[in-house]
Formats: sequence, C-alpha cells, structure tokens
Amino acid sequence: MNTSSNKNNQAKLITIVAVQLLGAFLALAAPLKEGDPFPNLTQFGLEGVVPDIHGKVVIVDFFASWCHPCQESFPVMEELYKQYAGKGLVIIAVNVDKNKADMDDFLKTHPASFVILRDASNKLVSQVKIPTMPSSFLLDRDGKIHAFHRGFKGDETRKQYIGEIEALLK
Amino acid sequence: MKTRHLLLLALLAASGLLTGCVNVQPWERGNLADPTMTAGNPLGNSMSEHMWFSREAASGGRGVGGGGCGCN
Repeated sequence: MNTSSNKNNQAKLITIVAVQLLGAFLALAAPLKEGDPFPNLTQFGLEGVVPDIHGKVVIVDFFASWCHPCQESFPVMEELYKQYAGKGLVIIAVNVDKNKADMDDFLKTHPASFVILRDASNKLVSQVKIPTMPSSFLLDRDGKIHAFHRGFKGDETRKQYIGEIEALLK
Repeated sequence: MKTRHLLLLALLAASGLLTGCVNVQPWERGNLADPTMTAGNPLGNSMSEHMWFSREAASGGRGVGGGGCGCN
C-alpha cells in the first residue's frame, strides 16, 4: 500500500516537473527567421481591416507610441509606401500600445496612409517574438520572410529597405 | 528511496525557478520607457537641466531617450 502510494506521489511529481520544463521551453521558443512563412494576420483578432496581401511584397512593422525610433521610422515608411505602393508594396504597421488613445495621438503627429492595425491582446507580437522596438519583417510575394529589420537606424535602414524592396518587386 | 525523493524535489525546485525567469518583453516596455521611470527625480532633473543649459548655453548629456525601452 505504501509502495503504491509512493509510486503515485513520484508520478505526480514527475508530471509537475515535466509540465514546468515544457513551460520553460515554450517561453524560450525560437523567434521567426528568414525563409519562414509569416503568420496569417487574420488569425490574431487584430483591430483594423487586414488587407489582402496575396502575391504582394509586404512590410509588417511593429511600433508603439512610446518608442522613439518608431517616430523616426514612420516618415520613412510613408515615403517608401508612396514610392512603391503602385508597384505592389503593402505596408502594415502593427501597434502594440496598451491604450488605443496613445496610438491615436501618435498617428496625429505621425500621419500614415498605409495600413494600421492594433494588436491589443499582443497575440501576434507574442508569437513572432520581436527582439526590440521597432522591428519589421519584409515578406516576399509568397508570404515568406525575406528580411528582418531590428530597430531603425535612420538612413542606413532606409537604404536597406529600398534595395530589398526593389529586388523583390522586379 | 530518500535520494530519489530528494532528487525529484531538487528537480521540482529547479524547474520552478526556470519558469520564474520571465523577461519583460520589448513590446511590454511602455511603462519602463516613460520619462518618469528615469532614475532619480525626473521632474527635478529636467528643471535642473533647464537651469544649467540656460546659464551655460549648453544642453544634453544627462540620461538617454526612452528610459530603458530597449529601443534599437
């Protein structure tokens, strides 16, 4: 009786350890890398209208009102959008602010004509696990990650974007 | 048997610690990025800064923008 009770306790302990280790593993799961398909944006309950990006070259840019480099990146995104939208570029900026009012204030001072979505529940950003703010993914026409931009480094990042976008739009 | 129990307990404690290692994710740093999160006295610092740069005709040099949001 005692032996079977001990075995039961051990089995319970082993189960708890296994569950906790699995949790730790999931928490450390690897982020997306180049060549990976980008998650389907319609599956995350994003606020706003998700555009049809089938066969398009897409920039998915994560931003927040409190992020200073995002304030620098927005005018560049706008410039890129105006320059390449006619050739098949779609820019989707995904906001991760806790309060929508903060995003609205940001957009008043940094107007954008490209698509703005809001990841209020942080489901999408938690899945793609961006390492810093801002971060952006450049997707090819097949929806796969062609390039990843960590942060925004002014003209250097702008030139990289132009080179990559023109190569993809050819 | 006691050794096995101790081993299991040690594993349990270790795995508990592993799950406890949670980082503040980059997209969750809005509060940390607030200027009021700057070390010291943010309001007092900005007033001191104002006084110094007005008097010395200089500015900057204290702290960094963003207060630890991890941007870039």
